[in-house]
Amino acid sequence: MSSVMSVTAARREEAAQKRTRMYYLIGLVALVSVALVRVLTGAHEIDSQGSLRAAIVATCPILLAALGGLWSERSGVVNIGLEGQILLGTWGAAFFTYYYGPYIGLLGAVLFGMAGGLIHALATVTFGVDHIVSGVALNVIALGLTTFLAEAFFADLDSKFGHGGAQQLTGLQKPFTITIPGVSDFTSDLAAKHWFLVSDVAAFIAAVTTSVSIVTVVVFVLVAVTGWVLWRTRFGLRLRSCGENPYAAESLGVNVRFYKYVAVLISGGLAGLGGGYLALVSSPGFHTNQANGRGYIGLAAMIFGNWRPGGVLLGSGMFGYTDSLRLRDPATIHAMLLLVGAWLIAFAAYKLWRRQTRSGIVLGVFGLFFLVWFLTTDEVPVDLTSMTPYLVTLLVLAFASQRLRMPAADGQVYRKGSVG
Amino acid sequence: MKPAVLARKVGQALLAPLIAVVVAVLVTSVVVVVAGASVSEFWDVMTQPPSSRNMVNIVNQSSMIFLAALAAAIGFRMNLFNIGIEGQYTLASFTAAVVAGMAWFPGKLNILVAVVVAMVVGALWAGIAGVLKVTRGVSEVISTIMLNAIAGTLVGYLLSNHGQQYGQGRRTTPIPESSQLAGWTPFAEKDGAIWTLVLLAVLAGVGISFLINRTRFGFDLRATGMNEPAAVASGVNVKRMVVISMLLSGAIAGLIWMPALFGGADYYGPPFQRTLGFTGIAVALLGRNRPLGIFFGAVLFAWLNEQANPLALVADISPSVVQITQGVVVLAVVIAYEVVRRWAAAAEQRALRKALDEQPTAEGVAA
Repeated sequence: MSSVMSVTAARREEAAQKRTRMYYLIGLVALVSVALVRVLTGAHEIDSQGSLRAAIVATCPILLAALGGLWSERSGVVNIGLEGQILLGTWGAAFFTYYYGPYIGLLGAVLFGMAGGLIHALATVTFGVDHIVSGVALNVIALGLTTFLAEAFFADLDSKFGHGGAQQLTGLQKPFTITIPGVSDFTSDLAAKHWFLVSDVAAFIAAVTTSVSIVTVVVFVLVAVTGWVLWRTRFGLRLRSCGENPYAAESLGVNVRFYKYVAVLISGGLAGLGGGYLALVSSPGFHTNQANGRGYIGLAAMIFGNWRPGGVLLGSGMFGYTDSLRLRDPATIHAMLLLVGAWLIAFAAYKLWRRQTRSGIVLGVFGLFFLVWFLTTDEVPVDLTSMTPYLVTLLVLAFASQRLRMPAADGQVYRKGSVG
Repeated sequence: MKPAVLARKVGQALLAPLIAVVVAVLVTSVVVVVAGASVSEFWDVMTQPPSSRNMVNIVNQSSMIFLAALAAAIGFRMNLFNIGIEGQYTLASFTAAVVAGMAWFPGKLNILVAVVVAMVVGALWAGIAGVLKVTRGVSEVISTIMLNAIAGTLVGYLLSNHGQQYGQGRRTTPIPESSQLAGWTPFAEKDGAIWTLVLLAVLAGVGISFLINRTRFGFDLRATGMNEPAAVASGVNVKRMVVISMLLSGAIAGLIWMPALFGGADYYGPPFQRTLGFTGIAVALLGRNRPLGIFFGAVLFAWLNEQANPLALVADISPSVVQITQGVVVLAVVIAYEVVRRWAAAAEQRALRKALDEQPTAEGVAA
């Protein structure tokens, strides 16, 4: 028996190693292809230090929302109210930063997001309301509340701590930023040389070592912490068991309601911090409806990432990068067509090799479409660029969704002791 | 006994909305107090009888909110979350405005064609999500959110590149005068007219409630929503149902803005009313996805929006406060329904227990 176990364990180990090697390979291929496209088209902005920096800043709020979604859904509660929790976070951040400084401000953002989470938890866990209904209502309430409170509290503020208006509060203090002196200068110089591959790596290092907000660092630490807590601790195992089969968890003595409450509160707190990031790091201050759909995008990034921290990071990064592209010059966006086309065709070839003819052909057609588009035009209308992440998500979901697996009891109403 | 049971049922049905309204009033009042404004002034403004002009606006707005909620309700009745009504009606409204502006057909026929185009476009856009769900297993919640964003950008792109310059922004070619409908003026001329195509909302409401309650399709739809395995076992083709429901939901969504287009908007441009799709979702939830409930919900939302307009002027309160009221009503009503349902179930069990205790002979049957 034990030898059988060890053989399976060894096989699993081997599979995991193989998977890791494959991820490294994919990462390397992606890097080389980006470098190649950059050198070929001369669109150096595609992964310049500035572009990557903008992408990271755009990624963080989406990533926080997606992480929030991950916590909540792993415990079996669908949190469509992320949008509302982000909004509450933006207001909380603005209010507390104005009066107590940016660090209390971030705390305020988290607390306001958690308040939104508490409403959602009360409705879904205690009262057994449908999760989507509660989330939609929460979004309506949060938008109204933040707009209303902004007008009531921010309209007359004007001092060195910030300048208010009916719908905004700008000029807030920001959390401090970190620059690693030697590395930052050296890699910036290297990146400016536009060498193949070397400059690409240098630009990345420069972007993450030059005036990076402390909050950004915290965000990426939170991804790792989330992965560790949910998959490597007893607490996380119990929390996930509530999302897979709450009645089985209940029979093992797990206090399902408690775990769901904790998860939804953490979820709200993370989304709230996302709001704080928007108001204090991404932009020069607060304005109404600042979330602007990022809660929904975060949800999509989480599903894209197959309810796992690594995938969530990847999905959020994709949305963040394309979101930041809007601010770049048209030539860069045009170069992206080549990149997307090449990737799609490579993916199609892989599918054909795996004998998945139909999806291979469809992907190939899309890939060719992008290539033809690249070859026949000189620039891409900026409006269409902002469409890309959504289109790509649809495509990816259409071709990968059979491999996605959500927590088994996700979105189901749990009532203690009522297992049929 | 019978009338007593009926009275209790009616009481239970009305209890939940009543609780919800009370909670919403309380919460809104608290928010107003926190903001340092006067609660009595606030409710004075909100509850004053609407003027003739307000009445006309409430009717017009209700019709659009009703259509949006109806579109959402069709999906909800079979557990499909069509979050994409926003995108569907944006794209449909734009296309219909373009087609109507082209004036390929004379007068009233032009209207008919544009309305049909709107329904088809809305249906197709929703259909993408339906097809992706049944063929590739993509959650409609996510795909419709993506489609919303794509529709918004697409319309923005088309308008800014092919639209007509008008003032600061761009618009589609206005519809010809022969296709503009005068509407019905119940009060003085200056109070405005009730749009002719408000009738679309009435027609859609009657049509959909017939379809859902009186046809085999409607039965299948409700059955799938309530218990999918049972529906499958009794021969319902769920995949087909999903696609048809999405198409239907999208077609109704396409109608949302038609009353306004032919009632005075005349073109698609910056004044286009956004977020009706999301309002519709909230109203559908408030009205328990039943046409009659949705009707009351739509009127309530339109009334709140309209009454809130003078708030800023009279009481120095931001009109956005009614959004809080609206959201709280939706949340409170679903919670109240659940609480009342649990309480009623417990009461029923107690009554049964009592009846059984009084009749020891029935024990064998009960066991």
